[in-house]
Amino acid sequence: MTDLAADTRKVQKSWKDIDLRAVAPFVALALLLILGAIANPNFISIDNLLNVITRSAFIAIIAVGATFVISAGGLDLSVGSMVAFVASLTIMFMNSGVIADPATMLVVAMVLAIVIGAACGLANGLITTRGSIEPFIATLGTMGIYRGLTTWLSQGGAITLRSPDIHSLYRPAYFGAVLGIPVPIIIIVVTAAVGAFVLHKTRFGRHVLAVGSNEDVARYSGIPVERVRTMTYVIQGLCVAVACLLYVPRLGSTSATTGLMWELQAITAVVVGGTALRGGVGRIWGTICGAFVLEIVGNIMLLSNFVSEYLIGAIQGAIIIVAMLVQRSLVRKS
Amino acid sequence: MKAPAAQLSVTSGGAMLEAVGLSKSFGPVEVLKDVSLAVYPGEVHAIIGENGAGKSTLMKLLAGHLQPTRGELQIDGETVTLTGPVDAERRGIVLVHQEILLAPDLTVAQNVYLGRELPKGIVVDDRAMNEGARQAIRNLGADVDPDVVVRRLSIAQRQLVQIARVLLVPHRVVIFDEPTASLTPIETRALLKVIADIRAKGVGVFYISHRLPEVKQIADKVTVLRDGRVVASHSTNELQPVDMARLMVGRDVAKLYPDRHAEVARETILEVADFSVPGFAQHASFKLGKGEILGFAGLVGAGRTELMEGLVGLRPGRGVIHINGKPMQFPHVDASLKAGIAYLSEDRKGKGLLLTEDLRVNLTLASLDKFRRGLQIDRAKEHVALDSAIGEFDIRASRKDMLAGQLSGGNQQKLLLAKMMMTDPSIIIIDEPTRGIDIGTKEQIYKFIAVLAAQGRSIIVVSSEMQELIGICDRIMVMRSGRIVGAVTGEHMNENEIVVLATGVKSGEAA
Repeated sequence: MTDLAADTRKVQKSWKDIDLRAVAPFVALALLLILGAIANPNFISIDNLLNVITRSAFIAIIAVGATFVISAGGLDLSVGSMVAFVASLTIMFMNSGVIADPATMLVVAMVLAIVIGAACGLANGLITTRGSIEPFIATLGTMGIYRGLTTWLSQGGAITLRSPDIHSLYRPAYFGAVLGIPVPIIIIVVTAAVGAFVLHKTRFGRHVLAVGSNEDVARYSGIPVERVRTMTYVIQGLCVAVACLLYVPRLGSTSATTGLMWELQAITAVVVGGTALRGGVGRIWGTICGAFVLEIVGNIMLLSNFVSEYLIGAIQGAIIIVAMLVQRSLVRKS
Repeated sequence: MKAPAAQLSVTSGGAMLEAVGLSKSFGPVEVLKDVSLAVYPGEVHAIIGENGAGKSTLMKLLAGHLQPTRGELQIDGETVTLTGPVDAERRGIVLVHQEILLAPDLTVAQNVYLGRELPKGIVVDDRAMNEGARQAIRNLGADVDPDVVVRRLSIAQRQLVQIARVLLVPHRVVIFDEPTASLTPIETRALLKVIADIRAKGVGVFYISHRLPEVKQIADKVTVLRDGRVVASHSTNELQPVDMARLMVGRDVAKLYPDRHAEVARETILEVADFSVPGFAQHASFKLGKGEILGFAGLVGAGRTELMEGLVGLRPGRGVIHINGKPMQFPHVDASLKAGIAYLSEDRKGKGLLLTEDLRVNLTLASLDKFRRGLQIDRAKEHVALDSAIGEFDIRASRKDMLAGQLSGGNQQKLLLAKMMMTDPSIIIIDEPTRGIDIGTKEQIYKFIAVLAAQGRSIIVVSSEMQELIGICDRIMVMRSGRIVGAVTGEHMNENEIVVLATGVKSGEAA
């Protein structure tokens, strides 16, 4: 009966009630698809689209974690370095040969990657909360640390997966497909679905938004603010680890430049997706949409000839600014 | 952009600032309907009305923050269009906002002179600004170090800084929007004296307040707004506070405070012994009985709020807390909430409610444990809780999905009370329960407090309004400079006794 009451409430909502900010990223995505189709008919082919979405997997998955951190009023600049660090350690463990059976080795290595990712995130969280250091500064520091450790581990070169057995066993994790859908796309959807459930349906998610919206109100309401903050960084670390699990089978190799500037792309995806950088509002599916937008822009530039692909970085930079301007103008109207 | 201070002549006779048939609509909602009023040189014109009556909107129109939908403003008989607050200030019309609008990380002096810093060559003259700010605040009867950052000041001190800042602008008409809402009686007295001083200089004053005795005391003329219309405009001589209240509410307000049972022997539910909050409160000891309403009086800065925040774990504190005879420690609010203590902050907008979230999210925020269904939050159950809270606490919201920030102050307070009651506390600490709330809602809040006490819950009320404490409390503890200096009960509960304790001097000297 109460469900019924909730349902009628939803029906009563008029068109005016639709939050334009939540819809905007999807409109942008649709417009881009149309633009792409006009620029090059090949763009809209299923193969190309699946390909583009697959390539957006790393940023999309990392950005799900970033949505949590940013919604809680934090920021994590270290995610790009963390990818390099976690992936390098994972490959080194696989190369160590401590477990002979390739399948067992693979499973243990994957678990290890998850643990390392969570630990890196926990470190970020504790430094910002316990140390009460601004997240910008704290993660700027760990960004340097994770990157530097990777460079040191690789001695400036590359860390390459040596065992062909493990590599061939692991390849399908990135290049495989289930029912014609590439595995990375499935992972994106699963990660986002879990993220959206946690952020929008659970008590923890409500706490995250409350902390991001007004830390004092959250504290006065008995919410363990520091623990919630720290957990968002751990979630970010877990998302980075999942991205690493896809990254390692793709190239089987890392270097000091792995994941360079990914933090900027992840933050751009989050902001384009409609999450407020000041915290308090989080939109997981918007974030996924934002990651697609970034990748599609790059793809359109590659397929068409009117803009040099060397300008991709500049275009992505412009996108974040335009996205903010659009969001702001929508706020004024509603 | 220095305004010509000396040239702002004060013409006698005609109205300095007059509103003629002002109307203002926000979308389809007309919040102000055909309002006409004027202020003459050397006159204090009070504007009273319940929350939502349109007072603040009217003030913003007069000070150029908003443009009228219909009607016009006249200055010295000439029709003008104020393009914005800067334009209004240039013409000598200044507004003291109800909300604190200061930069928290700048010092008092930097805030007082913000936007009109005194130059010394190419740098700013810090020494002159410090001296000027100190003097300006001293004129208000207070002493605040101009070098301290605003973040470290109490709300009352911030309000004084804000008033000092506004009065430094050359002014002909000053509009005060509830300036005394967060001030103690002593600070209020000083401010009323300031207003009397500027009136004596021929300045026109618009004065908004909920405190009717104050209005009676300071104003020459009273205009009453109800539902956006002027319902009465009289000389203050012709009206008593009770008449004003009746005009505001539109019915007789017989009794503000609910009837309560006489003092009975109560079992002690909370016992605090030798509790200190470093820097704010020292060696506080008191007992709270079951079903008792215990007041905490004192001047701003006496450490009342900090003591309460220390007790519930919002600040580091030391001491012994017994609940029902059991020793307790509260390292954070979560622990005290679980032990059945709810604390309602005096800063309802900054610490009580998420203004950009809807009513439902706010209502359940402190009690989400009760709304679990598996891993999820049970939204249907939340909606049911909201419906019953809206009924029980008479929260007047035009839509159930509106944001907490869109509610009036009184309804925000009711929502905050409802939110904390969701935790089913046995001890409720309410800090400034009726600050900035109109009479009709005040009456309701007092009734809620009395009902909660009758249910056997124990209540601590921290308030700067002595009348309110006297009206609803069984006992009143008085704090001064971080210490509990006494308790008043029975026939000793009167303003005089409290002021003597709170100031440490005989009340005659305190004035």
